[in-house]
Amino acid sequence: MSFLRVRDLTVTFSRPGKPPVRAVDGVSFDVASGQTVGIVGESGSGKSVTSLAVMRLLPARNVRVTGSIMLGDQELLTLPARQMRDVRGRDVAMIFQDPMTSLNPVVTVGRQLVEVIVRHDRKSTTAARHDAIALLDRVGIPDPVRRLREYPHQLSGGMRQRVMIAMAIACRPRLLIADEPTTALDVTIQAQILDLLRDLVEESGSALVMITHDLGVVAGLCEQVHVMYSGRIVESAPAAGLFARPAHPYTDGLLRSIPRIDDDHHGRLHTIRGSVRDVVAWEHGCAFQPRCDHAVDACLGGPPPVLDLSDGPPRQVRCPRPMNQPAPAPGTDRREVSA
Amino acid sequence: MLRFVVRRLLQLIPILLGLSILLFAWVRALPGGPAQALLGERATPEAVAQIEAQLGLDRPLWEQYVQFLGRAVRLDFGASLQTGQPVIEEMARRFPATIELAVAALLIAVAVGIPLGYLAARRYGTWLDSALVSASLLGVTVPIFFLAYLLKLVFAVQLGWLPTAGRADARARTEHPTGFYVLDGILTGDLNASWDALTHLILPAIALASIPLAVIVRMTRASVLNVLHEDYVRTAEAKGLLPGTVVRRHVLRNSMLPVTTVIGLQMGVLLAGAVLTETVFAFAGVGKFMADGIVQRDFPTIQGFILVIAVSYVLINMIVDIIYGLLDPRVRVS
Ligand SMILES: Nc1ncnc2c1ncn2[C@@H]1O[C@H](COP(=O)(O)OP(=O)(O)OP(=O)(O)O)[C@@H](O)[C@H]1O
Ligand SMILES: [Mg+2]
Repeated sequence: MSFLRVRDLTVTFSRPGKPPVRAVDGVSFDVASGQTVGIVGESGSGKSVTSLAVMRLLPARNVRVTGSIMLGDQELLTLPARQMRDVRGRDVAMIFQDPMTSLNPVVTVGRQLVEVIVRHDRKSTTAARHDAIALLDRVGIPDPVRRLREYPHQLSGGMRQRVMIAMAIACRPRLLIADEPTTALDVTIQAQILDLLRDLVEESGSALVMITHDLGVVAGLCEQVHVMYSGRIVESAPAAGLFARPAHPYTDGLLRSIPRIDDDHHGRLHTIRGSVRDVVAWEHGCAFQPRCDHAVDACLGGPPPVLDLSDGPPRQVRCPRPMNQPAPAPGTDRREVSA
Repeated sequence: MLRFVVRRLLQLIPILLGLSILLFAWVRALPGGPAQALLGERATPEAVAQIEAQLGLDRPLWEQYVQFLGRAVRLDFGASLQTGQPVIEEMARRFPATIELAVAALLIAVAVGIPLGYLAARRYGTWLDSALVSASLLGVTVPIFFLAYLLKLVFAVQLGWLPTAGRADARARTEHPTGFYVLDGILTGDLNASWDALTHLILPAIALASIPLAVIVRMTRASVLNVLHEDYVRTAEAKGLLPGTVVRRHVLRNSMLPVTTVIGLQMGVLLAGAVLTETVFAFAGVGKFMADGIVQRDFPTIQGFILVIAVSYVLINMIVDIIYGLLDPRVRVS
């Protein structure tokens, strides 16, 4: 049973004097309760905008959001602001990328933690402080009683991200959204934070949407993966299937640019040529076409079809010529889901 | 925190020493020297020499400086040429009036400026924002004395709502234990006197407040706009906090940091502006005494005034720094 259903989510930024930007373009995905879902893509592909849209934290002006975001049986996109504030932090919580700037520098760690507990759990400050101490302890912060009185600048980056995580799990949300939670951290700390997140999610049974540009992060953590490119999801697959047989050339490129120890190319990593700026508007063809090694004429001249490749768990790709697929049985055609 | 305060106090010593050297040098640099300046351009050389000997101006410079410093530390600036009384006594008598005026102006500037600046930021890009920004530009550019005359003309002379000049009704016979007239009225239980002093205070305070008010509006607006885009404000929203909590704890606390510094710096504008405002409204404070002193070449008074103003300015900014330290934990540890 999926309790977060995103359908045809489209976010358009209008800029005065310039053409509008469609940062997210018809994105649909589901998150079942307790499921871990990865959203992967290069910088600028629309991952953060998608997560901010779910939280309804996009700027109020010059932004148009359409589609549907159902949390349980609530439509978040039309929820009154007052009710949306009850949802935030209580039902859905978010962990941001940069723990250096995401905590208020002039308010103690304790207060920032306590305020969310007081807000949603309707506890006294004293009771909330006890919870806060337990939470800091749970996320692996030594000497939590002292840390509560400290300010963010007195903590290391890893510790600050642990505080952010403690704030996010404080009210036991059913869904955690983590937007590149380890990008700003040292490599050794990254692994610790990912382990912590995995443990917490397993322990509490809450769902996790992990946003990252690093397929390596997704590999050990997520059940279902969505690959985004230029505002659209180009491939959705169970993690195992995605890694074994990437269907979209972009996914394939991403996978081959991950460094491996058993690499027989001796040092030279695969890179995807060109940059995200070389795009075709989706209405005119595949946005990835200019950078694709497998491009054919069919890639231009109209939006690429979404093909259903599922042979069990849901699996879709937005590409006329998916890779690594067994040839379709003669006479049958792959089901085209939409264009 | 205590160590922070002590360190700030110690930092004052070199600042005040530098200030005394500047002031000392300034008096020596007057055309023809202080004696000539004192006596005017037509003074005979004999008279000048006599005064120089009398004031110790024939001694070596360093000796004069040490003497000057020794006196300044004891607040001895000599006698005012206007009244013949010691300058420090004249100042002490008038200082409460100026402080009362400056505090009233500052209260107006802060109490009006911060909400308006916040409002402009929240309505960024709307007509209200543009109107507030234009008005604040006007506030900075209109000369204080012009505004003071205008206010006096409209509200005191033509409409007659408020008194035109002075600190209190001349017919009133009231006790003044502190010299702060509004406070005195409250202390002596004479609330009519307080009210009277307040009505005398309003127009000069508004005129004096104009520049700091405009500066505070702009600074608050810019600072709030910056803070609204900070990641930690988004974090606060993501926690579902109520709008009031987000504004008070996360937006205002951070955006007040640069505003605090600006308020401290505006004290200089207030004290300098007091000279003009007090003159227009015949408000018997140090500013008016100083303005009269300039006209009458009362150098002991000018010297004393500058030193007292400069010291207050430095002290006020030290207090502002301490407040800043209380608001921003990052300053305390560094
Ligand atoms: N406030 C905004 N105004 C205008 N355009 C925006 C705004 N925020 C995002 N965009 C645009 O939306 C696109 C997607 O941005 P988004 O932040 O979602 O990327 P991302 O996938 O999270 O990248 P990154 O890995 O760098 O975080 C970008 O091209 C950006 O130009
Ligand atoms: Mg992002």
